[in-house]
Amino acid sequence: MNAIPDWLELAIALTVLAGAAVTFIGTVGLVRWATFYQRIHAPTLGSSFGAALILLASSLHSSLVLGRPVAHEVIVLIFILVTTPVTLMLLARAAIYRDRSENNPDVPVPPPAGEGEGEGEPRT
Amino acid sequence: MTLALVDWIYLAAQFLLALAMLAGCWRLLQGPRAQDRVLALDSVYLSAMLLLVTFGIRSGGLIYFEIALVLSALSFVSTLALAKFLMRGEVIE
Repeated sequence: MNAIPDWLELAIALTVLAGAAVTFIGTVGLVRWATFYQRIHAPTLGSSFGAALILLASSLHSSLVLGRPVAHEVIVLIFILVTTPVTLMLLARAAIYRDRSENNPDVPVPPPAGEGEGEGEPRT
Repeated sequence: MTLALVDWIYLAAQFLLALAMLAGCWRLLQGPRAQDRVLALDSVYLSAMLLLVTFGIRSGGLIYFEIALVLSALSFVSTLALAKFLMRGEVIE
């Protein structure tokens, strides 16, 4: 166990606090915004910047404590950054499909025929 | 003195992440439609994972990161399966 200088410890703690605050702001958006298509944007604040700040601070802290580079958290961060867009795009497509199939008025309108969005209706 | 301050800062960060989990749980229970609940479940998973990482920083063990990795993988798979279920009504066709 190596001792970490006080100022560095303080800087790491403040980075973790900033990441937690960003994540919290994202979930406040999840609670307060009005429609699903607005709400789906809010938690990505936590999965991009909040996760990056907290995980990189944790990686730095354990590297300093153990005296060798520790990259576990970077793996978690890469995994989150890759998977979050995939899941949220799928979820948004599913929500649009559900809303359109029951003729809900507050859906984004489909583009005019001919300039399609490249996906079309799901195959059966 | 600095160390006590650092402890308080970590405590505040954990408090904020716990509040984030509570907000996600509120949307999970409240959410008008199923897709809102799936989105809230995903954000609760994320906040729980970040909370575990801050616990790991304070305790200094490496075991928390493996739990965090498992949680993020679980969150990916479950959200994917639920989105597929919402779209098609079946997970495995």
